[in-house]
Amino acid sequence: MLAFILRRLAQSIAVLLTVGLVAFFLFRYVGDPINGMVGQDTPAQEREELRTKLGLNDPAPIQFFRFITNAAEGNFGLSYRTSEPVSRLILERLPATLELSFCAAVFALCIGVPMGVYTGLHPRHWTSRALQAISLIGISLPTFLIGILLILLFSVILHWLPSFGRGDTVQIGWWTTGLLTWSGIKALILPSITLGLFQLTLLMRLVRSEMLEVMRTDYIKFARARGLTNRAINFGHALKNTLVPVITVTGLQLGSLIAFAIVTETVFAWPGVGQLFIQSVQFADIPVMAAYLMMIGLLFVLINLTVDLLYFAVDPRLRGAGLARAGGH
Amino acid sequence: MTPPTNYPPLLEVKSLRVEFPTRRGTLVAVDDVSFDIAPGEVLGVVGESGAGKSLTGNAIIGLLEPPGRIASGEIRLEGRRIDNLPYEEMRRVRGARIGAIFQDPLTSLNPLYSVGRQLVETIQTHLPLSAGEARKRALDLLKEVGIPGAEHRIDHYPHQFSGGMRQRVVIALALCAGPRLIVADEPTTALDVSIQAQIIALIKKLCREHATAVMLVTHDMGVIAETADRVAVMYAGRIAEIGPVRDVVKDAKHPYTKGLMGSIPSLGVRHDRLTQIDGTMPRLTEIPTGCAFNPRCDFRGSRCLGERPELMSAGASRAACWLHDRGGVGAPAAKDLADA
Repeated sequence: MLAFILRRLAQSIAVLLTVGLVAFFLFRYVGDPINGMVGQDTPAQEREELRTKLGLNDPAPIQFFRFITNAAEGNFGLSYRTSEPVSRLILERLPATLELSFCAAVFALCIGVPMGVYTGLHPRHWTSRALQAISLIGISLPTFLIGILLILLFSVILHWLPSFGRGDTVQIGWWTTGLLTWSGIKALILPSITLGLFQLTLLMRLVRSEMLEVMRTDYIKFARARGLTNRAINFGHALKNTLVPVITVTGLQLGSLIAFAIVTETVFAWPGVGQLFIQSVQFADIPVMAAYLMMIGLLFVLINLTVDLLYFAVDPRLRGAGLARAGGH
Repeated sequence: MTPPTNYPPLLEVKSLRVEFPTRRGTLVAVDDVSFDIAPGEVLGVVGESGAGKSLTGNAIIGLLEPPGRIASGEIRLEGRRIDNLPYEEMRRVRGARIGAIFQDPLTSLNPLYSVGRQLVETIQTHLPLSAGEARKRALDLLKEVGIPGAEHRIDHYPHQFSGGMRQRVVIALALCAGPRLIVADEPTTALDVSIQAQIIALIKKLCREHATAVMLVTHDMGVIAETADRVAVMYAGRIAEIGPVRDVVKDAKHPYTKGLMGSIPSLGVRHDRLTQIDGTMPRLTEIPTGCAFNPRCDFRGSRCLGERPELMSAGASRAACWLHDRGGVGAPAAKDLADA
């Protein structure tokens, strides 16, 4: 178990170094950052001085090493656009994105999994067929279109929910949360649905096909032959056996929820890191882009690590290798 | 060996018919099957794949897979009709009154729960025991089915047991609420030959001790000869012959049973060749009129082509063959079969 965790940590670090390398080359070769920082008529000598001061004349490996050690300390330099520290810019925006992604994930899980279970258990029922058909819409409509349609219906026509921003937020330490105020919660609803709808349909279809698969297995038939209640069979035996693939996909999708919140944040003018990233692209603000890249890389690695550990909790066959030898006969 | 028959049977199956509606019409997979099982009796059911023996077993435990359904007939357990019970009531019968053992112990157990948990769960579903008492009972059962070191094996997961040990766990699960009847569907087919005998001996021993009747579905005549009190031979969805195991094995009355016995190799008897039954069992869509066995039968007469034989008594057994129709017209005489 410990050996496994250490091995996974080593792999994670390798992945992060690779992401760092990509981010570094982005830094170095996408345009000349000096151009963005100085005026058009700055003499060449001053530019050269600035270049030396920023360390841009050092050999590439030294620069990469400096970039990585700084990054490890959370230091990504100054934004070219606002001249503020990049880490502060990102930290200010991160809570908004994480809350949005979290709500979208909860929405997708809490509705997608039960819907999947239902359609998996009653594949021939007309409601299952209807849900299947509707889920096709969810999977094929682009996110921005869903967002715009929701805004049209709930903000423009019905005036129920706000169409942009986070509403009122409460500051807890460095974290700003919209979950504690009514307007903050109202502001979360539409973006969460927009962001989570695709994941919801994906999860529903995944759980459905896994349930159909599991319900055909011998151990479910044997559980019926033992006279267990339907509830014990469906939720105790069947659902638990669908969990491993569901955890995998949920983990991967949580990563993409955070990474691809960009579109939703743009549609709803949501002040999160995705929006920050879009602004940075427009200004070629490379430190911010590099830091964003590193942050997403880190999140993916952390989520995957958690997913791997959850496998152990769910499936005894994975813990089994060592245990069977110790306790077996 | 055969238990006395003066008290009512534990299980009565009367004219059972199982159908599968398909797009091209209805397939009759089990047709007019009737038999009884006495308390504590072991009834072997043999036949080729597709003869309807597993479906009969599934119909009894109420777990026919849709679209398969019982089209007509009756199944009674201890005098109570169980084939038309609502799902929830039948659920209470399954596990509690009728236990089941399936073919493959490797896939019969849920891989994610320890065997103890699966036992306790089944026990508590059917018996009013506390968690501690249920665990005690589970432990006793594991010891009874011969799991060494049951005290700590009880918390192990199925993948930590070998195939034979898993089948022992499955047997413990089938027995854990004290059923009167066990439907064992090919319980040894997936096991190593060396383990098969142990498992059969175990089922036999436990059922004798618990006075549990067994319906033993298999295609292995050797297992039947070893274990069963009576045997039913199925062919194309019907019972071809049913009778005490000794009579059926030594002196088969139906040409199909005769062929089946001739195809079993035995030690000590010098065969030049094993006999074989030419042809294959008809598919459900192409069951011939008259006797379903007639295209493969060496004793076929004109009557066999047109009229379907019912079970009729033949010595100690009953066989569905015109050979045994007293005063029958157009069929060969039974003595031809005995000479063959």
